[in-house]
Amino acid sequence: AGKSKVDEEVLDELENILISADVGVQTTLKIIERLEERVKRDKYLNTEELDKILREEIMALLQENKSADLADFEIPKLNHPYVIMVVGVNGVGKTTTIGKLAAQYHLKGKKVVLGAADTFRAAAVEQLKIWGERVGVPVIELGMGKEPSSVVFEAAKKASEMQADVLIIDTAGRLHNKLHLMNELAKMKKTIQKFIPDAPHEVLLVLDGSTGQNAVMQAREFTKTTDVTALAITKLDGTAKGGVVIGISDEFKIPVKYIGVGEKIEDLQVFNRAEFVDSLFKKN
Amino acid sequence: MFQNLSERLEGALKVIKGKHKITEINVAEAVKDVRKALVEADVNYKIAKEITERIKEKALGQKILIAVEPYQLMIKIVEDELAQLMGGQKADLMLTGSPAVVLMAGLQGSGKTTFSAKLANQIKRQGRQVLLVACDVYRPAAIEQLKTLALQIGVDVYSEPENNNPVAIAQNAIQYAKANHKNVVIVDTAGRLAVDEEMMNEIEKIKKAINPCEILFVVDSMTGQDAVNTAKAFNERLDFTGVVLTKLDGDTRGGAALSIRAVVEKPIKFIGTSEKIDGIDVFHPDRMARRILNM
Ligand SMILES: Nc1nc2c(ncn2[C@@H]2O[C@H](COP(=O)(O)OP(=O)(O)OP(=O)(O)O)[C@@H](O)[C@H]2O)c(=O)[nH]1
Ligand SMILES: Nc1nc2c(ncn2[C@@H]2O[C@H](COP(=O)(O)OP(=O)(O)OP(=O)(O)O)[C@@H](O)[C@H]2O)c(=O)[nH]1
Ligand SMILES: [K+]
Ligand SMILES: [Mg+2]
Ligand SMILES: [Mg+2]
Repeated sequence: AGKSKVDEEVLDELENILISADVGVQTTLKIIERLEERVKRDKYLNTEELDKILREEIMALLQENKSADLADFEIPKLNHPYVIMVVGVNGVGKTTTIGKLAAQYHLKGKKVVLGAADTFRAAAVEQLKIWGERVGVPVIELGMGKEPSSVVFEAAKKASEMQADVLIIDTAGRLHNKLHLMNELAKMKKTIQKFIPDAPHEVLLVLDGSTGQNAVMQAREFTKTTDVTALAITKLDGTAKGGVVIGISDEFKIPVKYIGVGEKIEDLQVFNRAEFVDSLFKKN
Repeated sequence: MFQNLSERLEGALKVIKGKHKITEINVAEAVKDVRKALVEADVNYKIAKEITERIKEKALGQKILIAVEPYQLMIKIVEDELAQLMGGQKADLMLTGSPAVVLMAGLQGSGKTTFSAKLANQIKRQGRQVLLVACDVYRPAAIEQLKTLALQIGVDVYSEPENNNPVAIAQNAIQYAKANHKNVVIVDTAGRLAVDEEMMNEIEKIKKAINPCEILFVVDSMTGQDAVNTAKAFNERLDFTGVVLTKLDGDTRGGAALSIRAVVEKPIKFIGTSEKIDGIDVFHPDRMARRILNM
């Protein structure tokens, strides 16, 4: 293609693509503005050049995953279990992601233990136990209706005794505007620390890839109470693009670590910025 | 984080007040702000465009330019337009047939199983004999989840743990219901993606096998721009009769409600307002309009 001017029409089209990928108005405008600035310097670009710049700008907003230089699904060697606490609103895919994650660590020869701290949602413990069986790793549970903090304590204790490499804790889905439920999370976190002072080493916030702008609020509130360290975006095997994480990653400086691409045990991938940005522009 | 519509319009229309001559350009400006507010509330951007075009025409038609309080009038026009878009048809549940069969459908984790139990509880309280049917043969502990909820409300569950054919289970459940004097059968199904051909075929088959009087499409109110694709695809396959909007106890603006209503023209029959069994309510278009606009 020859050189063509980047005009209103091109930018409008871009805006539509980003908005319909749930990138959000503010982040979209931010991207477009940055693009315009770079275009100003070099008024005539071919579509390939424009495309390249655009992808670079979006990549820049997505935080680099610091553990990306580690091999896939690696964890640091500690003299106690590496504790991952998994949090998020209802139905996003926390328990399933835990099952898949456990499978990956288990495959790497790590000793994995799961903690069933969702004692609220109907059959939540049972669901995690089935995942535990599938993967072949133990699940520490006290049954339904028990205080989540007690489960967490028990899980930390047992995992330490068993000299586990990883302890992954499942928590009940909770909407971030419910103060008492958010406080419960903070309490769970403190309880783990009584046993393993530098835990949790990771707080994984799971976001449903089909969620719109509310995901920003989720990130804000969960970060406030639990210092989220990484994001997982699920259900990207559907037509939703999950573009809202671009703004989230940028605003809260939290990297996306995993993406969920199905319901099966192997359907978890390490996040790849370039591939993710590519998928934003792919027609369904 | 987001400015609400009043604040936005105040901004746009203050300019108008300050000027002596009110022009169409100012209305265009205000309408643009409305569009932005809608998109930030997750209304599909194409639909937001259509809606605001209509709002613009109405605003100009109602002579907002020479109104004493153009700002008030503008807000009223917007609110009315949205409420009307989401209202229209009356949205009662139509339980016909013996037994009356209700089929649930939707994406993964949208709240189908929870809502099935909520609805069962409500119908049971009206003095009817309800049967819940566990047709999710995939999700770990799906049957157990439905059974646990059913136990809380004292409703029977039909399940076949050894059978992995949901179509057959659904059929057998109807026979069971007939033999056991159940008036209403609520069929919970597995979550599925609209692009999953096999799974969409499956639910289409379930529908054919049990001839439901109501097919409820259950959707998470936090859904973003993709809501239109999903709603359209499920509707094309199932021609569903109503929508259930869940998790409205959160702080989502819920623009998906508007998008879905606009693309499939099916009524929103219920909302989910908590994780608990009594967290079910009817849908109020006017409240939803104000919520989307953050007013
Ligand atoms: N298609 C698809 N479905 C997924 C994915 N991850 C999870 N799911 C499905 O989403 C539904 C909810 O998953 P759960 O793991 O139970 O979600 P949760 O966050 O633990 O839910 P609560 O504990 O109830 O808050 C299940 O049907 C999962 O199979 C994914 O990446 N793709
Ligand atoms: N806060 C809130 N949570 C809800 C509501 N409805 C459902 N939930 C929660 O959302 C999560 C998912 O609900 P389910 O009923 O398991 O959803 P589902 O559609 O059956 O999920 P799959 O069978 O995996 O597709 C659970 O944690 C429910 O407790 C609601 O109205 N408000
Ligand atoms: K996708
Ligand atoms: Mg769970
Ligand atoms: Mg279910």
